[in-house]
Amino acid sequence: MFILQSATFRSCAALALLTTLGLPVAAAPHLPANDAQVLETVPARVANPRARDLQALRVAWRANPRDAGLAVQLAQRYFDEAAASGDPRYVGYAQAALAPWWDQVAPPVAVRVQRAVLLQYSHQFAPALADLDAAVRAEPDNAQAWAWLAAVHLVRADYGASARACDRLAPLTTPLLGIGCRAAADSLSGRAEAAATAVAAALQAAVDARPEARLWALTRWAEIAERRGDAAGAERAFREALALDVADVYLQAAYADFLLDRGRAAEVLVLLKGGARADVLLLRLALAAKAANDPRAAGWSRELAARFDAARARGDRTHEKEEARFALALQGDATRALALAQSNYAMQREAADARILLEAALAARQPKSAAPVLDWLQANHVESVILRSLAGKLVAVQ
Amino acid sequence: MKRLCTALAIALALLAAPALAHKPSDSYLSITVGDTGVTGQWDIALRDLDFAIGLDADGNGEITWGEVRTKHGEIAAYALARLAVRGDGVACAIEPGAQQIDEHTDGAYTVLPLTLRCVAPPAQLTITYTLFADLDPQHRGLLNLQALGQTRTAVLGPQAPTQSFELKAVGRWAQFIAYAREGVWHIWIGFDHILFLLSLLLPAVLLWRAPGWQAVDTFRAAFVDVFKIVTAFTLAHSITLSLATLGFVSLPSRWVESAIAASVVLAALNNLWPLFHGRRWMVAFGFGLIHGFGFASVLVDLGLPREALALALVGFNLGVEAGQLAIVALFLPLAFALRRTALYRRVVMLGGSALIVALAGTWLVERAFEVKLLPF
Repeated sequence: MFILQSATFRSCAALALLTTLGLPVAAAPHLPANDAQVLETVPARVANPRARDLQALRVAWRANPRDAGLAVQLAQRYFDEAAASGDPRYVGYAQAALAPWWDQVAPPVAVRVQRAVLLQYSHQFAPALADLDAAVRAEPDNAQAWAWLAAVHLVRADYGASARACDRLAPLTTPLLGIGCRAAADSLSGRAEAAATAVAAALQAAVDARPEARLWALTRWAEIAERRGDAAGAERAFREALALDVADVYLQAAYADFLLDRGRAAEVLVLLKGGARADVLLLRLALAAKAANDPRAAGWSRELAARFDAARARGDRTHEKEEARFALALQGDATRALALAQSNYAMQREAADARILLEAALAARQPKSAAPVLDWLQANHVESVILRSLAGKLVAVQ
Repeated sequence: MKRLCTALAIALALLAAPALAHKPSDSYLSITVGDTGVTGQWDIALRDLDFAIGLDADGNGEITWGEVRTKHGEIAAYALARLAVRGDGVACAIEPGAQQIDEHTDGAYTVLPLTLRCVAPPAQLTITYTLFADLDPQHRGLLNLQALGQTRTAVLGPQAPTQSFELKAVGRWAQFIAYAREGVWHIWIGFDHILFLLSLLLPAVLLWRAPGWQAVDTFRAAFVDVFKIVTAFTLAHSITLSLATLGFVSLPSRWVESAIAASVVLAALNNLWPLFHGRRWMVAFGFGLIHGFGFASVLVDLGLPREALALALVGFNLGVEAGQLAIVALFLPLAFALRRTALYRRVVMLGGSALIVALAGTWLVERAFEVKLLPF
């Protein structure tokens, strides 16, 4: 699932090259020079078992589109593709597979869980939670539904509800995932040390776990360690996760942020080489290039601005966190950054969402607008060196 | 298998959200309604077309110009079967032109030129857009419609497959009249503004001689009093209406609405226990500043044309004044004629004021504490 196909790698490389060369985006309509010119890369169909399987599943579903089992399976596969490649088109394809049930009030449980997964992807957390709650009521042993409940509650900063979902999930899955799930909620609600210890022990006990599961737990552990101020430990975990050689956009972005915070921009440029296709990575590249006085900084910033404009044109609000960082760090527009960070924080409340709101409020000298974050820090006893330091500065401004 | 699925689900659940930031599928549809006819250009992503009709003929993961070129006919047929344009209700025939290639932020697009043959220069254009609706419900068509010097944008897709656009040139004068009409309408349906004005006008045909109200002798005296009050109110609310509309000052609407209710209470109370007799124009000015913020919120809700902001502002304001003058023109002769009667002094003036105090007091509680007490 986290393994990028070679075609995706190629397309990343192609786009990275395009941006590096500073070719204008949306140039002008033109006729390519010759028939052999490659215009676009897509997942290869020949000599690609993954694509062949997907195609076979699609053919089966086409023949019987009202078969809920097939439809859910296809939607799941497309969602996996979206997670691996970061391409949201696959989420649309997944939604198309669920079309016969999409507007139903109470579709079959499996459809309902899958619908929730797609809804939360576009930040529609309330209907996603409604679907998941209904799913676990109907099937209390539905591990997938509990896992997603835990995840959505975590994003919404409801750590109690997230922990409860993890506890229901634990007997239905591996110890590593059960403990990691619980640790994510605990680490943000005053029990960071115990959470870190538990994940470390679970990792030790599960040396032979699937690399994807280890990568996920290591990333969690690194983030908890970083928040607690254990930079050396965090770095060790990030590097161990990267050494698993499973391509993962989230891990790359998290480690890039870790490096950026420590003035190691040059390393980010090496780490993310070829990652310009994913907006989250392009943002880190642009930030690193600016910090390192790299000549590619301006081109990457222009490209990012164009992508944010395109998202806004279609009414997409899922980029606000990234756009706030972009406005603050690369455009120096604290007012706009604050508006975006506030709007984003109304939807999602993870540590990164809190941080950009604190930073923007500080830069715009509007400490009151970060009050929700200060409340969140206080109410949950959140342990985070960087967030506490920013909050301290903010209070000093007040 | 179940364990594996769960593992994937959790990992996905906790990691997927931040990694999603890519561009979803969009097409770019521009339509230009000119003097010589209707033309268009439709940019569709090669990735999307590949998913729909298969462009990568050899399946090697690379879409070449040669592969796209041989599919031009199929691309045009597929796309045009999913776009319908009607001018004034009659279908326009759409002819595709020779395709080219362009780059957008997320890759290469085919550029499909369109010639639309509508029966006459359309006053209304209706677009039905169903491209990729069955394959990717999250696909959107970003429309840029240029007609008679105006540019309009819209997001087309399954959420609103058919959308209509009025193309009649909206003249400056018509726009002005429309905003003036809104202004008149707003003062007439804005009971709080009317009651505030009435509270100040009720005593205009009377004079306070403790311990009671006496009728004024001349119409001129009443008129001068009314003139001062209306002018002060107008001046004050014009100032804050302009400041708020142009974005110089902004107050929380709950505060403004509560203050407006409070101003009505105080103005009516003043008729029962006069404090400001003779200087009611100052009250009108002071509270008029607050009423202006109330007008501004209406104007902003109407949607302001960026290119004609001043025009909308002046139109709306003059509309408010006209509506207000109409009320005064109706009120003053009637009140003047009745001023010596007990009906006016007891029932209208004192009873009316008491009623206004009660009503506006309820509004004040409703607005300040955000509760609902009255059924209207």
